[in-house]
Amino acid sequence: MRWLRPVAVPLVAVALALGIGAIILAVSGANPIEAYGALIDGSLSSQKTIGRTLEKATPLIMGGLAVAFAFRAGLFNIGGQGQLVVGGIIAAAVGFGFEGLPWIVHTPLALGTGAVAGAAWGSIAGVLKATRGAHEVITTIMLNFVALNLTDWLASNPWKDEGILSRTPAVEESALIPLWGSFPTGFLVAVAASIGCWYLLERTTLGFEIRSVGLNGDAARYAGISVRQIVITTMAISGLLAGAGGAIETQGVIGRYEPGFNAGLGFNGITIALLARNHPIGVIPAALLIGAMEAGGSMMQFNADVAPEITDIIEALMLLFVATPIVVRWFFSRHDVDEVSVTAGWGSS
Amino acid sequence: MTNLFSRSRWIILTALVFVVITLFTAEFQEDQTTAVLASALRQSTPLVLGALCGVLCERSGVVNIGIEGQMLLSAFVGFMVASSTGSLVAGILAGMVTGAMMGAGLAGLSVTLHGDQIIAGTVLNIAAVGISSYFFQQGLTLPSGKTPQVSLGPLADLPVVGRVFFINRPLTYCSLILIWVVWFVLFRTRWGLWTRSVGEVPSAAETVGISVTRVRYTNLIAGGCLAGLGGAYLSLEAVGSFERMMTNGRGFVALAVMIFGRWNPIGIWGAALLFGYASAVQTQLQFRGWLADDPQFIGMIPYVVCIVVLAGFVGRARPPAAIGQPYSRE
Repeated sequence: MRWLRPVAVPLVAVALALGIGAIILAVSGANPIEAYGALIDGSLSSQKTIGRTLEKATPLIMGGLAVAFAFRAGLFNIGGQGQLVVGGIIAAAVGFGFEGLPWIVHTPLALGTGAVAGAAWGSIAGVLKATRGAHEVITTIMLNFVALNLTDWLASNPWKDEGILSRTPAVEESALIPLWGSFPTGFLVAVAASIGCWYLLERTTLGFEIRSVGLNGDAARYAGISVRQIVITTMAISGLLAGAGGAIETQGVIGRYEPGFNAGLGFNGITIALLARNHPIGVIPAALLIGAMEAGGSMMQFNADVAPEITDIIEALMLLFVATPIVVRWFFSRHDVDEVSVTAGWGSS
Repeated sequence: MTNLFSRSRWIILTALVFVVITLFTAEFQEDQTTAVLASALRQSTPLVLGALCGVLCERSGVVNIGIEGQMLLSAFVGFMVASSTGSLVAGILAGMVTGAMMGAGLAGLSVTLHGDQIIAGTVLNIAAVGISSYFFQQGLTLPSGKTPQVSLGPLADLPVVGRVFFINRPLTYCSLILIWVVWFVLFRTRWGLWTRSVGEVPSAAETVGISVTRVRYTNLIAGGCLAGLGGAYLSLEAVGSFERMMTNGRGFVALAVMIFGRWNPIGIWGAALLFGYASAVQTQLQFRGWLADDPQFIGMIPYVVCIVVLAGFVGRARPPAAIGQPYSRE
């Protein structure tokens, strides 16, 4: 059972959430077996649907990494959505703005600019926290609303495509992240980012400082670490990850920025980070799970006539069971499960 | 003394901005001015109720980030009940019960199970989005219409003030009364003293025989009622129907209002009026066709105000000391 220890809580949480989800489905008059069957059918049954799951999982990995990375410094970044749309529209602008570049330059240029834009957006909250003590939970949420309005304006004014729709022109061929058969190449970027985050956190001095600040800010300060600097750097890296997620979505999936651009991230990043217990590599399977539920959601609606929002309820249940391991403790001996605690209220800075 | 000076400087500055913008938007017409002010009061109502929920929770030492979810689900349940029974009162009560139950859930997760409070609140938020979207049916209406407008006799005839304060709908009056009720409870009753001591030093409170668990549960449930009222306000008084995600971040703005109001109901009222005012100006600008081609910039106003205010004030605001920490008797 020893090897099960790190995955015990997430696995039991997922199982319990799916079980209660089935009860809710049954109570609301649907057939849970049919619904879950359609969910699997729409996400894992063929090469095409698996490709779709990977495609859905890619921004989720980036969003989950953004949350998990910030958690390690004790910061709660709810602004993934805003950082993602900012990254997405900037990548689109670079993607359609330059013509005639070879793809080897253009693709990474657009991806990198989008990521940096996300980092800039994320670091606003970091700077406000470090210099003014404004709590990042509220500033990142507010910045989400500002980002949505701002990108909406950009897509309907200076960067508007011809036609009625408020969207940017399609990005140049040379900036597209290609499909490999039905395998989205962007997924590999997300996996590389996960490994990069793991290396940064566990094998570098910066990572050590970030983790120290997360474990005990006072001790870190006493040891000579500049907590303010770490707060800003962490929020910037967190935003970088989310911004890159937006850029991949633009360059690899949609091909431009348009309204409703990946509105699905929302709180998913938080669920994924907690399911993964804030481990960068663990984010990958967690994101695949949520991605499969998203990819299969439309099939569920089509085949079993179940509103896809049921997946939101199941996610809330997963989060509930992950965050309060006491339920899961019934299944294991007490020592196998440690408590989740990521935040210390408003006062800490 | 310097602290006092800097505080009053901020207040004077804010008041000046208020006056200038009012005169600007109204162009010296009394009708317009009262319309903007009345709209500011209406827009501030859900913020006041949400922030009062927040203050009850936080004064007892529990962060409640789930106000958004409490308001959203209460708005939904309140609307569904009012729509199916035809009774607005039943709808409002159902909204309050929903909020209270979610408050109890938050207490269970964070007080009894010692879960992380911010995550517990996030659970409420996600669950509210999921449940309200999953069970939502298009095309339902309120057979009885929105809550009716009530004008308070001769008071309503007063110039400006009468139209702003004394011709309103019932839940707006409720929120105006509740501000003072919560202030009185927190600062003039034994329960309030218990609440504040539990929020500052729970171990000391426990030593003199106050049950930390009981105080936190009661305050979270009572706060849930208030947030539920705020949700019912949105669906039954402000809009008259339910829309997906209709809270639109108001629960989070309410948290900023609470911090800006320094965890004090009267301060909260002032802060909520400021945000309500920002929204009212937003509507007014839209109405007049200003920036008609760029409505997004108007849409940003309340959120930008929120960030600026937080950055300007919160650094000096001091939350209750025991906030965010689960309490265990050891």
